[in-house]
Amino acid sequence: MKVAFTSQGNSLDSQFDERFGRAMYFIIYDTDTNETKVLENMAGVESGHGAGISAAKKLVDAKVDAVVTGNCGPNAFYVLSENNIKIYLSNAKTVKEAIEDFKNKKLEIANSPTKGGHWR
Amino acid sequence: MTIAVASGKGGTGKTTIATNLAVIASEKYDRVTLLDCDVEEPNSHIFINGEKVNEEIVNVKIPEVDESLCTECGACSDFCQYNAIVSLKGKPVVFKEMCHSCGGCSLVCQPKAIHEVDHRIGVINFYKSGKISLIEGLLDVGSPLSPPLIGAVKKHENKEELNIIDAPPGTSCPVIEAIRDADYIILVTEPTPFGLNDLILAVEVSRKLNKRFAVAINRVGSGDDRVHKYCKKENIPIILEIPDDRKIAELYSNGKIILGNLPEYKKSFEEVLEKIGMVIQNEQ
Repeated sequence: MKVAFTSQGNSLDSQFDERFGRAMYFIIYDTDTNETKVLENMAGVESGHGAGISAAKKLVDAKVDAVVTGNCGPNAFYVLSENNIKIYLSNAKTVKEAIEDFKNKKLEIANSPTKGGHWR
Repeated sequence: MTIAVASGKGGTGKTTIATNLAVIASEKYDRVTLLDCDVEEPNSHIFINGEKVNEEIVNVKIPEVDESLCTECGACSDFCQYNAIVSLKGKPVVFKEMCHSCGGCSLVCQPKAIHEVDHRIGVINFYKSGKISLIEGLLDVGSPLSPPLIGAVKKHENKEELNIIDAPPGTSCPVIEAIRDADYIILVTEPTPFGLNDLILAVEVSRKLNKRFAVAINRVGSGDDRVHKYCKKENIPIILEIPDDRKIAELYSNGKIILGNLPEYKKSFEEVLEKIGMVIQNEQ
């Protein structure tokens, strides 16, 4: 399965980003092949509104099965869940750490948005 | 003529000045229209004890997708800069609180599957108190976008007569919408570091909009002289100074206007209208 991790940089040693919509990068890890791919999220970082929606769209297009992030608002949650993408929560320091936690099944799954929308 | 009362910082006394100006103007003119554009928290009605005479629901347009016509091409989703319409699989999803009602998605939809429907964002309440018509915008809870509602309130401006706009605080889109068409802006501040910081931002905005403006300082004596110094340095007229008077605070907290209760302040409010009137006449 393909899992996207929110990251502040473009490598496994980068700091894990607790923000979903405005994370600088998504590091996509394939649990079957152990390969990682980097996806930048400039559109999300720079968007005036709806960063979560555009980031979620990006991950739907990248055909990931799960997301590991720190927080997820209502709109992003809706888009991800509609497309059967599971959302796991982590507060790891680095992406590497988050991947390890994910592999060891240490992460809890989010069944609802963790934050209210920024428009409220 | 339209005078907008604005401020960078919140809680400096916009409503106090706007409502007292409306009262003093109603002694001089046949009719005064007070437009409360602080639509997230309109308070002018507390001080202008008027009778409610009408209300009007304000809607904006949002897209609705006809599933039977949609070819799932994604053009609407690609076009929207606000991610308000998202096409993933099947029918596009509309996030109505993100929509800025530009209508672009329905224009780029080839099969014409998108039409626009009304979405309520708030109401306008109309009050009458003697010669004062108070027109108040009230945003619905959960509606994030106030500029369209502020625009709807401003449609009731009476260009032939005197209008006073009570603007929202800050210097962002709602403020621009409220003050962009005014003939004169009064920037209300307080003599504190916070007051000065936000005043400087509000002055920048007023200059960008090429507006005639002056500063009103409220609670003079409660802080320092930094606002006075700044105005002097920048050649900005100080059109009104209200002292830090406990009696004014007591009146305000009871929802009462200054004029009529503290007649000693009448003259300074009259002078504000005179000075602005003269400036605008000289321009014409």
